[in-house]
This record gives sequence, C-alpha cells and structure tokens, in this order.
Amino acid sequence: MRSFLYVITALAIIGLAFWSYQENYKTRASLKIVSQLQVEIGQTREKLAVLRAEWAYLNRPERLRQLAEINYDRLGLMALSPEQFGKIDQVAFPAADLGPVTNPVVLSADLEATQ
Amino acid sequence: MIRTPLRPLARILKARDTGENPDVIERENIRARHEVMRDKSRLRAEGRLLVLGVFFFCAFSVIGVRMGTLAASDPHEPQAAASGASITASRADILDRNGRILATNLTTHALYAQPPNMIDKARAARELVAIFPDLDEAKLVRQFTGSRKFIWIRKKISPEQMQAVHDIGDPGLLFGSREMRLYPNGRLAAHIMGGATYGREGVQSAEVVGTAGIEKAYDDYLRDPSLDGQPLQLSIDMTVQAATREVLWGGMKLMNAKGASAVLMDVHSGEVLSMVSLPDFDPNTRPQVLTAGDASDSPLFNRAVQGVYELGSVFKLFAAAQALEIGLVNPSTMVNTKGPLRWGKFKIRDFHNYGAQLSMTDVIVKSSNIGTAHVAMEIGVKRQREFLASLGLLEATPVELIEAKGAKPLLPPNWSELSTMTISYGHGLSTSPLHLATAYSSVLNGGTRVAPTLLRQNGPRKGTRLVSERTSEQARMMLRQVVVRGTASFGEVEGYAVGGKTGTADKPKPSGGYYDDKVVATFASVFPAHDPKYVLVVTLDEPVETSGRKPRRTAGWTAVPVAAEMIRRVAPLLGLRPEVEPMHPTGVTLTSN
Repeated sequence: MRSFLYVITALAIIGLAFWSYQENYKTRASLKIVSQLQVEIGQTREKLAVLRAEWAYLNRPERLRQLAEINYDRLGLMALSPEQFGKIDQVAFPAADLGPVTNPVVLSADLEATQ
Repeated sequence: MIRTPLRPLARILKARDTGENPDVIERENIRARHEVMRDKSRLRAEGRLLVLGVFFFCAFSVIGVRMGTLAASDPHEPQAAASGASITASRADILDRNGRILATNLTTHALYAQPPNMIDKARAARELVAIFPDLDEAKLVRQFTGSRKFIWIRKKISPEQMQAVHDIGDPGLLFGSREMRLYPNGRLAAHIMGGATYGREGVQSAEVVGTAGIEKAYDDYLRDPSLDGQPLQLSIDMTVQAATREVLWGGMKLMNAKGASAVLMDVHSGEVLSMVSLPDFDPNTRPQVLTAGDASDSPLFNRAVQGVYELGSVFKLFAAAQALEIGLVNPSTMVNTKGPLRWGKFKIRDFHNYGAQLSMTDVIVKSSNIGTAHVAMEIGVKRQREFLASLGLLEATPVELIEAKGAKPLLPPNWSELSTMTISYGHGLSTSPLHLATAYSSVLNGGTRVAPTLLRQNGPRKGTRLVSERTSEQARMMLRQVVVRGTASFGEVEGYAVGGKTGTADKPKPSGGYYDDKVVATFASVFPAHDPKYVLVVTLDEPVETSGRKPRRTAGWTAVPVAAEMIRRVAPLLGLRPEVEPMHPTGVTLTSN
C-alpha cells in the first residue's frame, strides 16, 4: 500500500512538472506577443497622429477656399450668406405622384404624326 | 498556591521563648516574598522585550531586503499590464471649439555627425550640401576634420531628406528622434498660438516648450504628464476665424491700413470666438523678435491684445451708460452741445457744429464730444473712474495669453476733471481692442460683467451686475440708432440689427502731440441689438479711403464697412438666422391727459 502511494506521488510530481513547464513556455510566448503588440500600438498611434496632422493640414480653411475657387465652375460653392437661411414652411411639400392615365385622350396632332 | 504565612506560629513562639523580636521574622518573610515577585515580573518583561525585538528585527529586515533588491535589480516595464494612452505624444494638442486641430505634434528626426566614425568626410560634406543647399561645404569639411566628436547638422528633417542622408551611406551620420510642434493652419490663429521651440535637448529627445501666446501661458498644462495628453480646447471657432481673417485682410488692403485687428466675443460668456491681428506670421517658422524700432511694426505684435491705443468715440457709450444708470439722463434728455467747450486753456470741439443742444441719444448718434464731456462732468471724476475700473478698462486683461499681462492700459498720471472730460470721448486713456470688446460685452449683455477667455466655456458665465437690464437695453438702442441714422450707416446688415459706435482717434506722435493724417479707426458693434449675442470690435491702424475727392479717414468710412462685411460673413457661420427686428408696438400712446 505504501509503495503504491509512492508511485502515485512520483507520477503526480512528474505530471505537475510537465504542466508547469508547458505553462511557463505559454506565458513566455504570450508576453512576447504582448510586447510585439505594444510596439505595434505605439507605431499605430504615431501613424494616427501623423494622419490627423495631415488631415488637419489638408483641411485648412485657406486650402479649402482655394479649392472652392479653382473648382467654381463645377461645384459653384460660395461663402455662406444670410440669404441662404430659410424656414421649413417655405419649402414646398413634395407633390403626390400622379395616378396612371386610364382614359387617354387622342389628340389630332398625335393622329397626324401616326399617319 | 500555598501561601507562606508572614508570622509562622512555631517560629514566633520559639523567638518569644528565646527573647528575640518576632517582627524580624515577619520582615524577613516579607522580603523573601517580594524577591519572588520581582523575579517573576522581570522574567515576564524580558520575554516581552524579546518578542518585541524579534518583531522589529523582522520588520526592518523585510524593508531592508526589499530596498536592497530594488536598488540592485534592473528596472523593467511591466509587460503583462495593459497599455494606457501614456505612450502618446508628450505635448498635448490644442483644438478649436469644435475639436479641429490647431496645434499637434509630429515625430521627426534631427541629424548629427560623429566625425570619428565617418569614412569619406569630403564626400559626405558634398552630398549633405546637395541635400541641404543652405549648408556651407567648406565649413562642414572643417568641422568634420577638426577635433570635435559630435556636431549637430539639422534640428528637424523631413522623411525624404532622412532617406537621402541614408543614401549617402556614411556610418558617422546619425539620427536622433525629435518631436516637432506643427500648426497645420499656418497663419490662421498665429497670435493666439504663439509658437514653440526646443528647450533642453538630448541626442535622442528634446523637450518642446512654448515661446509665446497660449503655448507659453499654458505650457505647464500642455506638458503635464498626469493629464495624459488631454487636449486643450479653445473658444476659437476655426471657420469663423478664417472668415474674419479673410475679410479683415481684404479690408486692410482696401483701406490702405498698415495694420488691423478684429475681436469677436460672445457677450454672455466672454469667450473669444475669433481674434485676428494683421500683419501676422506663420507660427511654424516664427520670425525673430525685433530688437530695434517700434514693437508694433513686427508681425509678432498682437494688435488685439498688446496694441494699446486711444480708441476715441467708442468710449462715449460708457459715459452714456453710466449717466443712464445713475439716473442723470434718459435717452431723450436734452444735453448742452454748444461749442467750443472751454476748460482752462483747453478747448473741446466737435467734428461739426451740432447746435445748442441734442438729446442724449443724438449725442451718441452724432458723436458729440461736447455733449459727452458735459455728461461726464455731471458724473464726476470718482464715479467715472470707478465705473471704468469695474468694466476692467484700467487693468491688464485676464485672457490666457502670455502677452496679456504686459498690455496694461495707459492711464492719465493725474485723473483730473479735464481727464474725465477727454476720457469720456476716448482720449487720454489707452486700451486694447480686447479691453473694449470685454467692456462692451459687459455693458450690453444685460449688464453683468464678463471676463475675456480663450478657453471653451459651457454656457454663460454671469459676473457681478454693473448696470441694470434697462440701462443695457437703452444703450443697445442708442447703438442701433448710430447705425440706422448716425455715423455708422455703412454698418447696416439686413437681418442682423447691428448696433455700434465708431471711434476715430488721432495717433500720438512719439515726440508728443498728435499726427494730423494718421488715425486709429475703430468700430465696436453688437449684433443683434435687440437680443445681443456677439460683440465685434474692428480696428484699422492708419486707414485712408481714397475713393472720394478728399481722402477720408473716419471710422464710418473705413472700419465700419469692413465690420459690416465681416458680420455678413460670420453671422450665418455662427448659426444666426437673419430676422426682422421687432418694432416698438405702434398705436395710441398716452402722452398726457
């Protein structure tokens, strides 16, 4: 009975050693991935800052105004003026679609055209 | 426990028999008992000391060992912890009120050389000059072949230049990373931003410090690592700022002015939505400070904040508002305008002769110096001074720019009765356009004091009450009349009910006296007059309008049209819908029985 206990204990120790060995390597692998990710995050943040700066630079009011002037004949953009304000009740309600024509009237001009 | 009796009967009897004193036996027993007690308590105390000693030893050794390991081990970043935003750029961004970027950082590189590691020094110098044409080849060769071990070549280079230097392929040319402050909008808000430069520099990094404007005033905030790069949000609206600058630039050129400034302020919160000073500069390449001559000739000079001028008739509003508030006059009280007004050897004249008397409203509408001076005399020296001080006109503005503290108004050395008269129409007291915008906001917003600010606020900030609602409304109606039928008739913008006051002040000569042909023209306006939202102050420095037979310099011909165009452009951008001004109810009015 006692020797059986010894064998069990020895097997348990071998098993635990194997398990901890594996866990150790998994942890190291994860840490490596984490540090890679952190480098990547840092680089992406830097890129993001550059892109934001570039976006701000490309959208600077001076350039937009020049673009609007260059493309005036295509876009027709002008500075916002007080006349452009309107009230919602000044906008006409869209007219309902006309129903299909069920009893067409034949015009004499149409008859002439077919002849 | 068996107690030993102090007087054991057997020994006492024996001692009595032998004639000894039995008390000796008792004392002896007491002594023996005390000795036992003493031994016991000593043992206990010693035990306690031991326990305490062991405890302290353990505690100190734990601390000591921990300190030892901390001191001896190498520091390393906690790898498994989640990363925060703390790796982002060190200096915080500056945003406008809608979150658009006004200042941000870019990573760039600095180029340096280590001559001992260089292989072909002459070729490296030649190729460097090909990339950076402003470098001097002979000087570079001399530096490379000299005794120096380390030479800075460029503080900031672009990625293309960096690649070109890489292509030279010399191992002695090296790069250090740098953070660079970038103002993507260039000149747009140059005077507000100020600029930034490098502080302490190392090879691999350098600190970026503000040199002027809000960058310097908020340097500690922008660099505070505990804020984790939280951006600084200004009250400036970029779109409005761009429109204001465009109109002001055009106006300055049309009116042949040498400088101009505009301040647009929210009357209820004191937020500066736009502040332009022309000529301006590019904060990315900030020019050198002038070392000689007049500081206002430099583009670095912020006319809106630092430009302390006598602003002229725009000050008449304050005399009128105070007289209304005290109850000296009402808008239709007749005021004596018979000229010229003599005070000692000093004469006060009007631009035209306005007859013997005008109503208070007409004194403002026609801008009568004499009428205002009479009103100011009734107000008195002390009360006038107190009122102007309460408007913040006698001290530097608290706006968040490093230059603001230095721009103190110029007061008369001795505030006499004559000073009171001249100050009432804006001579003898020099203030900046920002002072004026703040004071106008305080009087016209319903009468509560505002403080100018460049930081975005949430909603109105009500200060102490300076004038009543009623006075404020009457003052606004007077200003509205100035535009409808007075000196600022070019200021009418349909739908926005502009009210305002013109001011044309002769510029003082440095040698004393005033120039005849140099003026500062100012238009201080509020819109809409019946429901005040914004105050706009436009100032032109030495304008002259030459479309007529004679050159015209008054503000009504120069500053007012520029301001009107500015309001026409800016008001829609601010979301103000043009509306018909509410008229006073017409009908039967009971005048007397």
